[in-house]
Amino acid sequence: MIDPADLLNFAHIALPFLLLSTALVIVMTRNLLAAAILLGIFSLLMAALYLTLDAPDVAITEAAVGAGVGTVLVLCTLIFVGTEDKGASYNLLIPLVVIIITGSALLYATVDMPSFGDPNSPAQSSELTQHYITKSAEEIGIPNIVTSVLASYRGFDTLGEAAVVFMAAVGVLLLLGGNLKEDEEAQNVNEQKKDKS
Amino acid sequence: MKDQLVLRIITKMILPFILMFGFYVQLHGEYSPGGGFQAGVIVATAFILYALIFGAKEALQVIPLSVMKILASVGVLLYGGTGVVALLMGGHFLEYSVLAGSQTSGQQLGIIIIELGIGITVCAVMLIIFFTFALRGQQNDGYN
Amino acid sequence: MDIISHIVDHYHAWMAIFLLSIGLYIMIVAGNLIKKLMGMSIFQTSVLLFYISVSKVKGGMAPILVSLETQDPNTQSILYTNPLPHVLMLTAIVVGVATLAVGLALIVRIKGAYGTVEEDIIIDIDNKEEEVNMEQSRKHVE
Repeated sequence: MIDPADLLNFAHIALPFLLLSTALVIVMTRNLLAAAILLGIFSLLMAALYLTLDAPDVAITEAAVGAGVGTVLVLCTLIFVGTEDKGASYNLLIPLVVIIITGSALLYATVDMPSFGDPNSPAQSSELTQHYITKSAEEIGIPNIVTSVLASYRGFDTLGEAAVVFMAAVGVLLLLGGNLKEDEEAQNVNEQKKDKS
Repeated sequence: MKDQLVLRIITKMILPFILMFGFYVQLHGEYSPGGGFQAGVIVATAFILYALIFGAKEALQVIPLSVMKILASVGVLLYGGTGVVALLMGGHFLEYSVLAGSQTSGQQLGIIIIELGIGITVCAVMLIIFFTFALRGQQNDGYN
Repeated sequence: MDIISHIVDHYHAWMAIFLLSIGLYIMIVAGNLIKKLMGMSIFQTSVLLFYISVSKVKGGMAPILVSLETQDPNTQSILYTNPLPHVLMLTAIVVGVATLAVGLALIVRIKGAYGTVEEDIIIDIDNKEEEVNMEQSRKHVE
């Protein structure tokens, strides 16, 4: 039978390559509808990758937000805009060179990074992490450490995030909210004017 | 999409389960992965699915746009209000320990209330954004 | 062999950097504004992958406490993955979708104002308007 540990190792290797190929097809396709669906697939694969990296909270959020609401919003915009992409009309060599230089600089920076999964790396052995993991049970008393950090230890960040999400709704309402169908009187007045003219 | 029989029946069967899963994720955010953000988006997904299959007008009869706008503000107010109540009861802003008798029960009470506020806000915001796009689309070219 | 073992040690970071450069390339090169926003979404998602890969500990488990008793000797030896990047990335995902929503609303308004969402045509329309305005202001001065 298949050993679950082997399956997990296979997922660790296969998922990033699937992600890479999905991103490459998004670059090359001209059909925006295909690109929108592929973006949803990308988010779902990313959620699976987060699960193999032991991050279930982030996986649920990425799956619900990226593959759910994000794809729906892009498809709603494609209704207005149309699904054809005419492609860039200038020389593609210079951006490619810029990207290769930037990517190489970032790849060179990974030489200094601690290796993957090292329990002694500075991120794991810092005082803050140890305090969150060991003291969360007696100070707050709930099993999910991520919720206790999110809601209690870092409550100000979450307040700012709720405010940002609210402001996104206000922004969308300001941009697109005028003259909605609920404004029926204005609609009737407009129709009467069109009938007269 | 009302004419598609399979889509309509499956949607009607599956919507209660989506809502129940959303409430489960909200209330069990302390014991298993979950919390306010995930639950808000899942509950919003249920309403969006209903609007996609049966039409935006019918979905707006279930929950009108003005109620969504009020709910979005209520969530953020709930969060800020908990902080101010903690201030009034003698602690710092957003110090939940002073809300109840012992420290851990105060923290748990505070966490439950603010997760509820976040869930309400995120659900209302996602619905506002979707319905604004959908209503403008209806107005432009009579789609759906 | 050194570089291969180095890549194997860090391949999540390398994958994140490849995805980042693909996202950046789409943002620079795409003529269509919606394609640019998709590139931005890929860019943001790859940065999240980088952070979450930093937090993983080999042999660790998801950051949910097995039991709340801190005196239990079993719980002292369990290795948990770092919960702090998870919290920061939760915020980043939600803020990312908020940015995407406002960007898409702006694209709808741009389509209404210019009639197209191709970047070169919009720049052409803007340049022609500027030329017309400069002509008119020169005529006023004369």
